[in-house]
Amino acid sequence: MNPFSSETRLRDMIRAIRACKTAAEERAVVRKECASIRAAISDNDNDYRHRNLAKLMFIHMLGYPTHFGQMECLKLIAASGFPEKRIGYLGLMLLLDERQEVLMLVTNSLKQDLNHTNQYIVGLALCALGNISSAEMARDLAPEVERLLQFRDPNVRKKAALCSIRIIKKVPDLAENFVNPVASLLKEKHHGVLLTAIQLCADLCTVSEEALEYFRKKCTEGLVKVLKDAVNSPYAPEYDISGIADPFLQIRLLRILRILGHGDADASELMNDVLAQVATKTESNKNAGNAILYECVETIMSIEDSGGLRVLAINILGRFLSNRDNNIRYVALNMLMKAISVDGQAVQRHRATILECVKDLDASIRKRALELVYLLVNETNVKPLTKELIDYLEVSDQDFKGDLTAKICSIVEKLSPEKLWYIDQMLKVLCEAGNYVKDEVWHGLIVVITNAPNLHGYTVRSLYRAIQTSGDQEAVVRVAVWCIGEYGDLLVNNIGMLDLEEPITVTENDAVDVIEVAIKRHTSDLTTRAMCLTALLKLSSRFPSCSQRIKDIVNQSKGSLLLELQQRSIEFDSIIEKHKNIRSALVERMPVLDEATYSGRRAGSLPAAVSTSQGNPLHIPNGVPKAADAPLLDLLDLSADEPAPQNSSGPNFLQDLLGGDILSSASQSGTTQPQKSGTDALLDLLSTGAPPAQNGSSTVDIFSISQDNNKTSVNALDSLSLPVVTSAQSSSASSIIDLLDGFGPAPTVPKDNGPAYPPLVAFESSSLSIVFNFSKQPGSPQITQIEATFSNKSSDVYTDFIFQAAVPKFLQLHLEPASSNTLPGNGNGSITQKLRVTNNQHGKKSLVMRIRISYKLNNKEILEEGQISNFPRDL
Amino acid sequence: MIRAVIVINDQGKPRLIKFYDYQPVEKQQEIIRNIYAVLCSRAENVSNFVQDSTFGPDTRLVYKTFATLYFIVIFDESENELAILDLMQVFVETLDKCFSNVCELDIVFNFNKVHTILDEIILGGQVVEMSSSEVIKAVDDISRLEKNPNSIVRVQKSISGWQ
Repeated sequence: MNPFSSETRLRDMIRAIRACKTAAEERAVVRKECASIRAAISDNDNDYRHRNLAKLMFIHMLGYPTHFGQMECLKLIAASGFPEKRIGYLGLMLLLDERQEVLMLVTNSLKQDLNHTNQYIVGLALCALGNISSAEMARDLAPEVERLLQFRDPNVRKKAALCSIRIIKKVPDLAENFVNPVASLLKEKHHGVLLTAIQLCADLCTVSEEALEYFRKKCTEGLVKVLKDAVNSPYAPEYDISGIADPFLQIRLLRILRILGHGDADASELMNDVLAQVATKTESNKNAGNAILYECVETIMSIEDSGGLRVLAINILGRFLSNRDNNIRYVALNMLMKAISVDGQAVQRHRATILECVKDLDASIRKRALELVYLLVNETNVKPLTKELIDYLEVSDQDFKGDLTAKICSIVEKLSPEKLWYIDQMLKVLCEAGNYVKDEVWHGLIVVITNAPNLHGYTVRSLYRAIQTSGDQEAVVRVAVWCIGEYGDLLVNNIGMLDLEEPITVTENDAVDVIEVAIKRHTSDLTTRAMCLTALLKLSSRFPSCSQRIKDIVNQSKGSLLLELQQRSIEFDSIIEKHKNIRSALVERMPVLDEATYSGRRAGSLPAAVSTSQGNPLHIPNGVPKAADAPLLDLLDLSADEPAPQNSSGPNFLQDLLGGDILSSASQSGTTQPQKSGTDALLDLLSTGAPPAQNGSSTVDIFSISQDNNKTSVNALDSLSLPVVTSAQSSSASSIIDLLDGFGPAPTVPKDNGPAYPPLVAFESSSLSIVFNFSKQPGSPQITQIEATFSNKSSDVYTDFIFQAAVPKFLQLHLEPASSNTLPGNGNGSITQKLRVTNNQHGKKSLVMRIRISYKLNNKEILEEGQISNFPRDL
Repeated sequence: MIRAVIVINDQGKPRLIKFYDYQPVEKQQEIIRNIYAVLCSRAENVSNFVQDSTFGPDTRLVYKTFATLYFIVIFDESENELAILDLMQVFVETLDKCFSNVCELDIVFNFNKVHTILDEIILGGQVVEMSSSEVIKAVDDISRLEKNPNSIVRVQKSISGWQ
């Protein structure tokens, strides 16, 4: 006997585990137990095998591996005693998987036990087989199970019936063998046997069409009679559940009748009477009674139509809806959802009750009711239903508002009878829950607004009123800002008045006030602020008298930490300041947005789930916007004709810039002169890594507001970059050049010539600067041609100019002679020199180079050194 | 079909786990953790049904709390939710009669007896018996047999009366 294992009883082990205060302690106890059980297993200890297996089952429940005990189950099952067999079968069901080969070994023991003289052992074997049988076992043991269906003890018969279900699920071919035995079981009086026989019958019907036909013909009448007896039976105490006679049997009977009656008018006809009896006679004040009614309703809905019954059924559901029990209301809504496709009219009659359920205290009921209401809405009831829902929106729970607004918006979009009503309802929703609507909702609203030219004035005035009362709702602010930008002139002049409107007086300054408040509001996010800037630019042309004030507001964003805003405000300021002649053309009213294109695109991009307005803020750690939905792009490219939006290049470019180059500049700062690294980093950040092609195309996109003006605006902006550069700080000058470079017509990249790389400012001191231009021969990616250009900004001439470079071992460097050794001052000329670098680790490491420049200034030797590690990464 | 019967306490500790489709032990624990997370965050006066996608889109979960324990049944669309609630009631009533005033500790220390009781109520995911007196009779016979393995003959005699 093993000295370790035997001492602790199951009870003691459980106690020890329960006494553990931490998970680590528990693991230690379990480990120790498992070790002693393993030891006992290897000693082939017979006395405590079943105790050890019981322990393993407990350990298994706690989530520890117990595979080493699997063979023990088999040994116990093969033992002769009842306690061993019982634990062995329990372990078999809990620890083993039908896919494991070990299971094959148990088939023989099972066969013996199915033929055992003790019916309890037979019961254990049936239970195990019913739980874990594999297809092979099912085939091998089906004859035994079939025989047991006629066993004298009803407990064995009912278990055999359920075991047969597993068998025919695993091997559907065997179904026909069971049809006749089941037909005779269905005539039994014993409730348990009848219950299981009905379940087996239902499963036979699903796997075999022939069985279904057979049972339909031979057994429908009998089953109807059984149900009739059950409904009218006197009180049977042993099957009573809260005063209802064997509700579970009735439910099973209703279910099998549903299967038999579905799609067959004759069978349905046979059961009409009894269904009506069940529906009217069952008491509905207890859960058990309601369970029967619920099942009955489902059966009535599935069998062939007999009008009267369906109305009865839906009325039962209507009664359920006002039941105090949450569970009953919940299932009623589920069932009504199914019933709506069968008899929509009957469900419509309970609309008022369903609408009440939208206001239920239980969130899952509210959600279901809302979905049901959504299905009930049609052209005739859309107006009153929407009104109800919007009224409820005002008082609903915060966390329900998201769902509710989404559904209301969807209803309004789908069924709105006219645009005026659509706009009114959307404004109401936005005012109530503007922070909960998805982006596509207000995008859609803007599209509708542009398509309703006679309502522009009305809309912009309504929005002006709305923003006064609901300025805290982001979506209201956005739509209002957009509309005021576009239709500001209609706002102040009361143009396009509708009869129902009250005139309001709004001055140009009032309109600008709204936008100023919006842009300064601290909760406004990037999208809103960027929209404000665009609106301001538009208003500067619509309201010439406010031009100076607008310019001041725009200027305040020049120092914004958000790159997008900073850039836009600098650009817009220049437009207001210097380009009055093209401004009015530039900011013309948007062309009407094409609804078809928009809805098509929306359908296409729907799975990508546009983030909700209150969702993740568009910031990454150092405060630069990801600009994923840069609003300017987003809104304006609605008008562009090509369906593929370019804006995806925006975030990539920014991320590249920030992700890639911060790293390289950080590593560089360790090796170069410390005082320079700061500005270097900034320079690198902004001057490298930005592939001009992408930058260019997206900005061009932005300004394609009016397609005709495309050319002029691009040119205008191209020239615009110069004055900005001169006024900017020298250290950041080159950065701005680079960014604005993009405004030029997008450089066409010859595809076959390999990728193009931006020029690199390799070295810059107060007087000397070196710029590298890169090129590659197609077909030899590891070789880079560098053309170095040296220029001298000081007033003196440098003579005996020598440039030297060194590279690490994985690179090979070839220097060609320089074009000259004299570098004239004042930037009047330059020296060029060609370098050829071969990167043996192309794709893994990037270029790095140490340089030394020596020259004579007034015959004095001067030496400058530096390291370049900010080469484009894939050279 | 019933997919699983689970009993956990209000700390999330499993007290009874029975899956009718085999699940590896890690998956079982994950399912239990997920269920516990859902259940302990539910408000009090809400329905007992949870939409559960552990076993596919159509599976549903019914739970009921009894003192410190959550009783949970996961099942597919072929079962009636309200009837499953009654089934849980039968299960708990049976436990109550077998242990005379069942409490969490009874279930912890007699988990294999609880399994035997459950096996008399549900077999292979299907309901065998809804009468708790029938279940108790069967369980009593089994435990008598357990205590006195040689009483097989005597039990057979008592059975003969059923024929």
